Amino acid sequence: MEMKVEHVNLTIDGMSIKVEKGSTVLQAARQVGINIPTVCYMENLSPYGGCRICVVEISNGNGRASLDTSCTHKVSEGMMVQTQSPRVIRARKMLAELLVASAPNVKVAQDIAARVGILKVRFPMEDNRCILCGLCIRMCYEQMNGETLGFAGRGVERKVSMPFGKRPDNCRLCRGCDFVCPGLVIPCQGVKDPGELCGRCVRVEEMASCCPAPTFGCFCERNPL
Amino acid sequence: MNWEGRMDFKHVDTIIEKHQGKRTALISILHDIQDEYNFLPEGALQKVASRLQMNTNDIYGVATFYKSFSLTPKGKHAITFCLGTACHVRRGPKVLQEIARHLEVEPGQTTRDDQFYLQAVNCLGVCAIGPVMVVNGKYYGGINAIKAKKIIEKLNRKRGGVNS
Amino acid sequence: MRKVKSVSDLEEWKEHVILKQKQYEMIVSVCGGTGCHAYGCKKVRNQLARAIKKNSLDQKIRLKLTGCRGLCERGPIVTIQPQGIFYQRVQERDVPLIISETIEKGKVLEHLLYDDPLTKQKVTSEKEIPFYRAQQRLVLGKNGLIDPAKIEDYIATDGYRALAKAIFEMNPDQIIHEIKTSGLRGRGGAGYLTGNKWENCRKAPGDVRYIICNCDEGDPGAYMDRSLMEGNPHSVLEGMIIGAYAMGANQGFIYVRHEYPLACKNAEIAISQARKAGFLGKNILGSGFNFEVEIAKGGGAFVCGESTALIASIEGMVGEPRSKQIHTVTQGLWGRPTNLNNVETWANVPLIINQGSQWFSSIGTEKSKGTKIFSLVGRVKNTGLVEVPMGITLREIIFDIGGGPQNGKAIKAVQTGGPSGGCIPASLFNLSVDFDSLTEAGSMMGSGGMIVMDEGSCMVDVAKYFVHFLKGESCGKCLSCREGLKRMGEILDGITEGKGNGESLALLEELAVVVADTSLCGLGKTAPNPVLSALRYFRSEFEDHIIKKRCPAAVCTPLIQYSILEEQCTGCGACKKICPAQAIEGEKKQRHRIQTTLCSKCGSCKDICKANAVMVQ
Repeated sequence: MEMKVEHVNLTIDGMSIKVEKGSTVLQAARQVGINIPTVCYMENLSPYGGCRICVVEISNGNGRASLDTSCTHKVSEGMMVQTQSPRVIRARKMLAELLVASAPNVKVAQDIAARVGILKVRFPMEDNRCILCGLCIRMCYEQMNGETLGFAGRGVERKVSMPFGKRPDNCRLCRGCDFVCPGLVIPCQGVKDPGELCGRCVRVEEMASCCPAPTFGCFCERNPL
Repeated sequence: MNWEGRMDFKHVDTIIEKHQGKRTALISILHDIQDEYNFLPEGALQKVASRLQMNTNDIYGVATFYKSFSLTPKGKHAITFCLGTACHVRRGPKVLQEIARHLEVEPGQTTRDDQFYLQAVNCLGVCAIGPVMVVNGKYYGGINAIKAKKIIEKLNRKRGGVNS
Repeated sequence: MRKVKSVSDLEEWKEHVILKQKQYEMIVSVCGGTGCHAYGCKKVRNQLARAIKKNSLDQKIRLKLTGCRGLCERGPIVTIQPQGIFYQRVQERDVPLIISETIEKGKVLEHLLYDDPLTKQKVTSEKEIPFYRAQQRLVLGKNGLIDPAKIEDYIATDGYRALAKAIFEMNPDQIIHEIKTSGLRGRGGAGYLTGNKWENCRKAPGDVRYIICNCDEGDPGAYMDRSLMEGNPHSVLEGMIIGAYAMGANQGFIYVRHEYPLACKNAEIAISQARKAGFLGKNILGSGFNFEVEIAKGGGAFVCGESTALIASIEGMVGEPRSKQIHTVTQGLWGRPTNLNNVETWANVPLIINQGSQWFSSIGTEKSKGTKIFSLVGRVKNTGLVEVPMGITLREIIFDIGGGPQNGKAIKAVQTGGPSGGCIPASLFNLSVDFDSLTEAGSMMGSGGMIVMDEGSCMVDVAKYFVHFLKGESCGKCLSCREGLKRMGEILDGITEGKGNGESLALLEELAVVVADTSLCGLGKTAPNPVLSALRYFRSEFEDHIIKKRCPAAVCTPLIQYSILEEQCTGCGACKKICPAQAIEGEKKQRHRIQTTLCSKCGSCKDICKANAVMVQ
C-alpha cells in the first residue's frame, strides 16, 4: 500500500530543495550536506532548542527575517533560510563565547568555540561542568523510561537534579544520562605507576551508587576515585 | 506550626480533594500545603505526585521554579519587601539593605531565632506608595529604614524576646 | 439574587436596584484598593459603619467599600454622593466630624479636601481635581460606584447589558466584526489587534477552544490590572463571556498572580455571583451557550506573563515558554486553539459592544484606538492610576495629571513598558502616547507602567536594575538569556562600581543585540531594551561612571559619599543615634561629622535630619 507523503519546497543558502512535510530546518539542511553546528541536539531525542547555537535566519518572503533554532523550526512552503548570514555568524560567535566562558573545560564548548573562531573570552571564566543542555533528561525520559532526572530551579540557578537531590529507587543506574552527556570527560589519569592503569572508568560502579549526580566523570570531593 | 507531628500529611489529602485533584490547580494546592505546614515538606510533595498521577520529578521542578515556594521551614513572621521599579526609584534597595543588616539575614533567609523570614519580591502592585513592605499580610507604604525597624521591633516586643 | 433569562429580566433587575439605591439619602464610598488598605481604609470604613449605626443613620446612608479610585497618593479616599464631595487622606479620627458636619449638617470639611499644589485652592469635587480632569475614565471610572462583592452594583451601571445584546441581538461573526472595526489592540504589551486574534482563534480547526485572561501583571511598577480585577471583576468577566460566545469556547481561565490575593478573592466572588445570576454556567441567558470560568494561580514568576509560559503553568508545569512558530490561537492550552487576552483588553469589550465600534474608534489616534490605563508612579507628585485617550502627550500625563516633579528636582525621563520597554527623555515629552510612537522612540507601551525619574535617578542604575530583575526571572532555558543577562549584569555592576573600562559599553551592546536576536521568548527578546534605550539617550551618564568614576545622580553607592554640611547642622544628634554603622561622631549642639570609612551609605541620617544638613554626592 502506498502512503502519500507531502513535500515542502524551500531554499537553504540559495539552494532550492524539497523535503518531507514535518521535517525541521536542521534535518532539511543535513539532507543537502549543510552542517549547522549544534550542542543540545541529538538524533532520536526530541529537539529542545536551549543552547540556541543552531539558529538560522528565516524569512517567509514578507520582508522581515528572524532568527530561530533550526532544530525545532519546522519547514514551511516557500521558506528562505540562511545558515551563514552575518546576523547568524554574529549570534553564534557570542553564544559560543558565553558557553565557553561558563564551561571552558567542557569539550563540546571548546569545539564550538573553535568552530566559530573564538580565541578570546571577554567574560570572567567560570568552571561549570554541566551546560544545561538537557540531553540527560531527554534520554532518561524518552529512551530509557527512567523519568528520574529533571530541571530544578530557574534562571542562573537552574540545575539538573533528581527529586530532592537524592537518587530515587526507580533509577536503574542505566547510565544513559552519562552516555549522552557532552560535558562528560572521563578523567583518565593514564598510567599511575608502572604497570598500573588509573582504572576510573572500570571502577565507575563504586562512584555512581554514592552520588545523586549522574555524571560519572564528576570532579566533586565525594568521588572516591 | 509544629510540623514534626504531622508527618502523615493527612491534611494534604483534604487539600487535594478541595481542589478536585486537578493539575490546573497544582500551584494552588502547593500554596495551601505551604500555608498549612509553613513550607513544602518532601513527604507532602511525594503525596501530591502520587495523587495527581504526576512525576515526582515534575512536582519537584515546579516547587523549585516558582519563587513563592519554600522547601525549608520559614520564620514565624513573613516580611516581604518590594523591589519593583517604582519602589527602586524611591530608594527601596537601600531600605532593604538596612532591614537585612538589622535582622542579620540575607533576603530569602530566616533569622537565627526562626522569628523572621525576609523575602524580596519583584513588585507587589502597590506602586504609588512605595517603598512597600508587607508584614504578615499587612501592607505598609512609604517605608524607610527607620519605620521598618519600628515595625519589626514592635513584633519583637510582642513576643517579649530579644532579637537574635 | 436573581436568575436572568432575558433582556427584560436584566432591565427589570437594573431598575429595581436603582430604585433601592434611591431610598438612601446619601452614599458614602470608601476606596478599598490595596494602596488605601495600606493607609488604613478598613479602619476608616469600620469606624464609619459603627458611627452610622450608633447614630441610627443606616436607613439613610449606604456605606460601601469600592474598588481603587486611582489617586493612590492621597488615600484613603472617601466620597459622598449625591453631593459629589471628595475627601482624601481620611483617617479614623476624622470620622466623627464627617458624620456630624458633612453627613448631618451638609458642611464640607476643608482639611480633608484635595489642595491643588499649583493654585493652592481646595477642590471639592472629583471632576475638578486636576489629576482627574484630563482623564477619560471609561474603564476604570466605575470603580468608585461599585462594591466588587455585590453584583447588583454592577447591574446598576448597565452591567451585563453588552452580554445580553451580544447573545440576543448579534451573532458571533458580528461580534468579532465589531471588535475588529473598533481597532482595539491588546493592552498587555504587544498591542496585537484583538479582533484579528479572535477571528484566528475562531477559524482554527478543532472542536474545543479555550480563552484565558492574563492577570499575571508582572511588570514592576504596574498595577492597573490589579485594580481592575479587584475593583470591577464583572467588567472583565462580561468581556470574557462575550469573547467565549464569539469564538466558541466553553471554558475559560483567569490566571491571577500569587501576589494579588484580593484580586483573586474578588474574582472568585464575582464568578460565583455571575453563575447564580445565570451569566455563567449552562444555558447562559437561556441561549443554550455554556461557559465556565476557573481561576488558576501563579506562583511567583514574571515569565508566566508570557502567553506560552502562562499556558504551561496552567497545565501544571513550570513556566517555560514554548516556540511560537504555531501561534497559541491555533495550538495553545493542551494543544487546542486558545485566545489569551489581558485584563484591560477584556474589560474594554463590553464598552465596545454597548456603545459600538464607531464610538470606540473615534477615541485615540489612527492606529491606537480607545483609552489606556497607566500606573503613573515614581518621582511625580500625583502618583496613581490614570486613564487617558491614546494620543495624549507624555507631558500632559506627567505634568497636567501627575502634577510635575515631586521633590523640586527636574524630571529627567519616564520609563514605559516595564522591563521590555525603555526610557524616554524629557526632551521627547511631546511624544504622543500610542503604540507605534513609543516603539519608534526605543521603548514600548507595554502593560502601562509609567515610572517617572528625576535628577536623583541614575540611568545606569536603572538599566542595571532591569537587567538583574530579568536575570532573576529568566526561566533558564536559553543560553542567550540565562548567560547573556548574567554577563550584562556583571558589566553594569562593574560600571556602577567604578570598574568600567573603554570596552565595557561596546561589549554590553554586542551582548544586548545577540540576547535579543536569539532568545526564544519575549522576556529575552526584549530584555536589552532598557539598556539600549538608556545608552541611546543617556550615554553621557555611563561615560561619567566609566571615565570620571562619578555618579552624577549620587545613587551608585561605591561612587558616592555622605557628608554633613557644617552650616546647616544643629548638633541635635539624631543622626548619630540612628546610624547603624556608628559612623557619625559629634558632641551635643556641636557640628556632627560622618566617618566615610565606616559609612554604609544607607541614607538613614539623611532621612532623619530635620535640618537638611546631610549631603550626598
